[in-house]
Amino acid sequence: MTKWLEENTPKLVLAPSFVAVLIFVYGFIAWTAWVSLTRSRLLPKYEIDGFIQYDRLFASPRWDTAFGNLFVFGFLFIVIAMVLGLILAILLDQNIRTEGAIRTIYLYPMALSMIVTGTAWKWILNPGLGLEATVRGWGFETFTFDWLVNPDMAIYTIVIAAIWQSSGFVMALFLAGLRSVDQEIIKAAQVDGIPTWRVYTAIIIPSMAPIFLSAFIVLSHLAIKSFDLVIALTGGGPGYATDLPATYMYAMAFSRGDIGQAASSAMIMMMVVFAIIVPYLYSELRSKDD
Amino acid sequence: MTDLSYSPASSGSSATKIALRWGLYIMLGLFALFYLMPLFVMVTTSFKSLEEIRTGDLISLPREVTLDAWRTAWSGACTGIQCEGVRPFFWNSVLIAIPAVMISTLIGALNGYVVAQWRFKGANLFFALMLFGCFIPFQVVLLPMARMLGLMGLAGTIPGLIFVHVIYGLGFTTLFFRNYYVSIPAELTKAAKVDGAGFFRIFWSIFLPLSLPIIVVTVIWQFTQIWNDFLFGISFSQAGTQPVTVALNNIVNSTTGVKAYNVDMAAAIIAALPTLFVYVVAGKYFVRGLTAGSVKG
Repeated sequence: MTKWLEENTPKLVLAPSFVAVLIFVYGFIAWTAWVSLTRSRLLPKYEIDGFIQYDRLFASPRWDTAFGNLFVFGFLFIVIAMVLGLILAILLDQNIRTEGAIRTIYLYPMALSMIVTGTAWKWILNPGLGLEATVRGWGFETFTFDWLVNPDMAIYTIVIAAIWQSSGFVMALFLAGLRSVDQEIIKAAQVDGIPTWRVYTAIIIPSMAPIFLSAFIVLSHLAIKSFDLVIALTGGGPGYATDLPATYMYAMAFSRGDIGQAASSAMIMMMVVFAIIVPYLYSELRSKDD
Repeated sequence: MTDLSYSPASSGSSATKIALRWGLYIMLGLFALFYLMPLFVMVTTSFKSLEEIRTGDLISLPREVTLDAWRTAWSGACTGIQCEGVRPFFWNSVLIAIPAVMISTLIGALNGYVVAQWRFKGANLFFALMLFGCFIPFQVVLLPMARMLGLMGLAGTIPGLIFVHVIYGLGFTTLFFRNYYVSIPAELTKAAKVDGAGFFRIFWSIFLPLSLPIIVVTVIWQFTQIWNDFLFGISFSQAGTQPVTVALNNIVNSTTGVKAYNVDMAAAIIAALPTLFVYVVAGKYFVRGLTAGSVKG
């Protein structure tokens, strides 16, 4: 008995986590998938009834806005955060004496809760008392910056706050990447008289392709999961102009009492994540086995 | 360091070099202002009176420093019907974060130790399943988890939130420890086994003493995640058990009474202080966790 116990301790240690993952991750995904195929409203029903929830979802103008916003927000957020992060990393990589302090300043927003970030930017972007009023006070009487309350522009305030929060992190990723480029190649290029900008565009940046991929994965993951920032900054409004799939799902699940819609929108979110993550994980795991 | 600025290739006059250098520092400084501006605005606003906020502008320093907003934010601001400030919710967050961080780190360490050092058939599958779990959008588990917590009698309680954070933190904690332990030579475990040491003995006397850096990284990562969590907090709590992020959001978005922006800002800073403190004190480990947690599978 003790011998058996000794041999199987590792498995026994892993067992509770294994069971937990099976139930709370995979079992729960299965439950949500199942419910998304039923006519559940306030209470879950378990008779499968085809794709009716998905039909309702894609017929809903609110989901239309939320799903469209995801792509507008995701695209701008990812592209700008990556470009800004790369620029900051290259600027910081020029033997800056105060690099440590500057890096700390660029990166601290990442330690904040999105609710804090949203609260701060909501105040700054407040048309009556924030930036708009301040600039008007400087004498620019006609200056207008009302994106927060403008249904066509509000989504861009979320982009601004999200970039403020995450671009420093992208910078940290790229900076680590810049530092890991083979210095011999760079020296050789310099000896050959190749100009600095060419060294970056032709040698350094192409060799950082894996880091671009990582940054893309992380940022797209952040974009799809964005929930707190929207709630704190705009509450999904004006109207539902800044809804994202995450806020749509929450509204259906906890305030509208429409479990079927909540489940089907959650499944769509998961599919978007998987469409990005699965090829990445697959290539990662494969390259490890080789 | 990619030392390009002093390369022989960039053969300009020393005056252009100095100008370029200045331009570089000015750009870096402007970006620093962009990142610091919201924090600056939060801090100055929190020390102003409402009167001054209405008449003054966003980036001016307070003419008269007052702590009223801080006092109200801490113990008087209304979160819905309750008017006790963020204090009780701050302690809720502490009560949720500390056990959740400790439990998930401990289990993650044991899991990582097994997956990295006691390979058996199926251990890799387990790891792959866990890894995958790190990436799911939590929306997909919200509904069944709400029901499960109800069945377990933990709905709307602090132990319920601890449980949720432990479960969905395990993926990352296991990943951190596994990646750390995998670089420790297997011979060490083998030699210890020959000497008659058992599973826990080896963990306790060999691996744990080596683990301080990764424990720090994991604890910081988990603490930041759990303290800053909002989705689980708002989905699985009730009036008395909400974490500080939920309370902050309720204060800011409460529709009753006069909007007290200074109180909002003070409350936001209070909610941010613990993670900011960790970042300032242990920034190096914080960044290591961020990069390790997000880059690697």
